[in-house]
Amino acid sequence: MAVASIPAALRRSADSLDDAEVLRIRNDFPVLGREVNGRPLIYLDSGATSQNPLSVLEAEQEFYEQRNAAVHRGAHHLAVEATEAFEDARQAVAAFVGARYEEIVWTSNATEAVNLLAYSFSNASLGRGGEAAARFALAPGDEIVATEMEHHANLIPWQELAARTGATFRYIPVDDDGALRMEEAAAIIGPRTKILAFTHASNVLGTVNPVPELVALARGAGALVVLDACQSAPHLPLDVKALDVDFAVFSGHKMLGPTGIGALYGRQELLDALPPFLTGGSMITKVTMEGAGYLPAPQRFEAGTQRISQAIALAAAVNYLRETGMERIHAWETALGRRLVEGLSAIDGVRVLGPAPGQERIGLAAFDVAGVHAHDVGQFLDDRGIAVRVGHHCAQPLHRRLGLTATTRASTYLYNTTAEIDAFLAAVSEVRGYFRAGE
Amino acid sequence: MSGLDALYQQIILDHSKARHGSGLDTPAPAGAEAVSHQLNPVCGDEITLRAVVEGGRIRQLRWDGAGCAISMASASVLSDLAEGMELAEFGVLAGAFREMMRSRGKIEPDEEVLAEAAAFAGVSRYAARVKCAMLAWVAAEDAVGRASGGASG
Repeated sequence: MAVASIPAALRRSADSLDDAEVLRIRNDFPVLGREVNGRPLIYLDSGATSQNPLSVLEAEQEFYEQRNAAVHRGAHHLAVEATEAFEDARQAVAAFVGARYEEIVWTSNATEAVNLLAYSFSNASLGRGGEAAARFALAPGDEIVATEMEHHANLIPWQELAARTGATFRYIPVDDDGALRMEEAAAIIGPRTKILAFTHASNVLGTVNPVPELVALARGAGALVVLDACQSAPHLPLDVKALDVDFAVFSGHKMLGPTGIGALYGRQELLDALPPFLTGGSMITKVTMEGAGYLPAPQRFEAGTQRISQAIALAAAVNYLRETGMERIHAWETALGRRLVEGLSAIDGVRVLGPAPGQERIGLAAFDVAGVHAHDVGQFLDDRGIAVRVGHHCAQPLHRRLGLTATTRASTYLYNTTAEIDAFLAAVSEVRGYFRAGE
Repeated sequence: MSGLDALYQQIILDHSKARHGSGLDTPAPAGAEAVSHQLNPVCGDEITLRAVVEGGRIRQLRWDGAGCAISMASASVLSDLAEGMELAEFGVLAGAFREMMRSRGKIEPDEEVLAEAAAFAGVSRYAARVKCAMLAWVAAEDAVGRASGGASG
């Protein structure tokens, strides 16, 4: 029976994700149906890598079954179809983050995207790319600024770039709660700053950084802004144009896609002026024995045979996210994150890192259990079928700053239920007793 | 016994608290000494271990470290067993421990040789934790090897 109109109140409730809908969503993710150690898997490690819905798995399989061919070369039918699917995927991912089609460069992951930038800046510093690339050149006296909360992937490439060019690497410190000290940021970012690189959302703290304030500081200094969107692109509505960043990076496997695919976003005029990092086939105009000319972006940065099936599968992933609705996903994960933080904070001997309960955070929480090492916490939870991340989460300097070497992290996604969070919290509450902490 | 209890044997939980041999501020007796520092980059566990060798025996084994229950208990048990041992005897013990840890739970530990260290047999089933159990032993083989003038580890 058709319903002519739904009352507004019901429509709103139908608009929010709830446990009933999440249970239906879970049916799309085959791995979530398995058991671990005789218990139903509770997967709380999506911050490290997310699981794949059937549509993503099928997209990759369909490509190999029906269209497998190298892209941008060959005039045969399969090559044409493969190229179309590959470029349609770029369009889908570009639209997902608010970018234009030409502004998305495929990489293996976010780590490679940051390194691509750092080495392209390096090449510009050596004079490659000519006058157009001079704005990317670094020399002694210039400064690269990151933050103390960065993932190693958005830290070490900049330290190395500074070492190669003679520029100085600096960072914005965090306070005892792990928040950026913005008054320090205002003092550090200045006329010498050429690059400001920072994470949108912390993979350890869950903090969402104040992008507009940081971008304003960078603009005031004439610095380029590089945004690590690894923990934001999968979890909240992301619009790189609205954020007004120059570059952004993200990884496909953290947003329901396969491993081996990620992307670099760059404003088109910047990408077109930036010298390439990897060189070789597919990125050239004319090649002689003396040298070569290069295609505009994005092809300029995509040397060699590309990650075709992965790009197509990533497009299926962003379509899944888009159809589910990023606003709804963000709201659901925010609720799960709140439940996590409030629940963990109520357990004796547990210290949650990052924003206090009630403050904004994405749907993850890293925590320390007094007297129990994170590895032991993770092992105890694994015995219950609960998958979490343990260690420094590729953020050693941040852990050191907070007086820790390793923590346990639970990170959620659209497929986690409140019952899973509650089972996780119940298990954590037993950890100290099992290991006789405090004796 | 559950899988977890087989991993975290009572002996292991006890030693993770007791930490025998812990404390590098203990004065070293006379003899040739060497220090080894080992780090597990995956989890940040680390240990600094000092061995004093004299007359073909391990006179003293002391360590400081931070890490999980497995790595700390392993260092504690090692310190108990190795102190006073002849070098050749320690070589047999360390070899047996390494072999057990590489066995993925497939070999029965030789309790004659391993004594309390046999409690770590369950760890060998957890590939991700083998490095935790081995950390102190790698440090000991390195330090003892160098203190006794042999090849370093």
